[in-house]
Amino acid sequence: MFNLTTFRELLTAALWTGLLAGLLLTAVQQIQVIPTLLQAEVYEEQAAVVANADNSHEQHEWQPENGWERTFFTAVANIALGVGFALLIGAVMCLRGRPGSWRMGLLWGLAGYTTFFVAPSLGLPPEVPGTTAAELTDRQSWWLITVLDTGFGLSLLAFAKTKTYRFFGAVLLAAPHLISAPQPEVHSSAAPAELAQSFITATVFANAVFWLALGGLMGQFYQKKS
Amino acid sequence: MSSTPVLLDNAQTQACPEHRRRTRSEVLKDKILPAMLAGMLGLALLYTAGFADIAPLHNTAHDGRHSASFPCH
Repeated sequence: MFNLTTFRELLTAALWTGLLAGLLLTAVQQIQVIPTLLQAEVYEEQAAVVANADNSHEQHEWQPENGWERTFFTAVANIALGVGFALLIGAVMCLRGRPGSWRMGLLWGLAGYTTFFVAPSLGLPPEVPGTTAAELTDRQSWWLITVLDTGFGLSLLAFAKTKTYRFFGAVLLAAPHLISAPQPEVHSSAAPAELAQSFITATVFANAVFWLALGGLMGQFYQKKS
Repeated sequence: MSSTPVLLDNAQTQACPEHRRRTRSEVLKDKILPAMLAGMLGLALLYTAGFADIAPLHNTAHDGRHSASFPCH
């Protein structure tokens, strides 16, 4: 069988990391991400009233009430994403060798930020509700391909021993952006452009904090035993 | 003659156990399998919170998905 102690250490580190980073992200989101999102929803609802239909949200399904309930469920989702990402960081750390300290973890966090946020956002920028977009499954496929491609490209750039492989890594990093991300036939948004821009700025900052926390905390909790 | 490499190997193991070459099954047990299990668990969590197209899950994680720049709606 496999080494249960190693797995238990990894799991414990990921649970604590995900919990703390998820709570930190929830706090940081309150500065600009959530206020911008709520503002955009007002525009979205107004547009829906005018159009007399709302296609983007299922109104009949349960959804959390605005206020504490919504914040609570967002925190739960953030923690789940945090634990998920922390497990992936832990898996890579386990394969490549555990980090010596939280500083080394920060580098892994930076790699995760580039792979899971920066690269896909270059083609599909973070959007406020009420923005037209291409078919969901097409965007999810492009997102997944970009993430896999960027992750593989970055690891080749960082760890490959020959120049040819490193060059191949750089090509992989660029590839998804040469094949453009799926776009809607007509771009339109219920919210004004400044709000969309403000949302992008807010998420760039919030996700940077989230990923550096994920990497740093995993580096701390899952470091090499001396 | 044939026992010399074994003796050398033992001597190295005792002198510097952490630098001992890991056998393939040790690498599998200590690294590859725990990493794979953690990775699969992580992907399952990310799929549920970030991608699953089930209304209650989507509505719970809505703001988190928008914030993480996951394709939503």
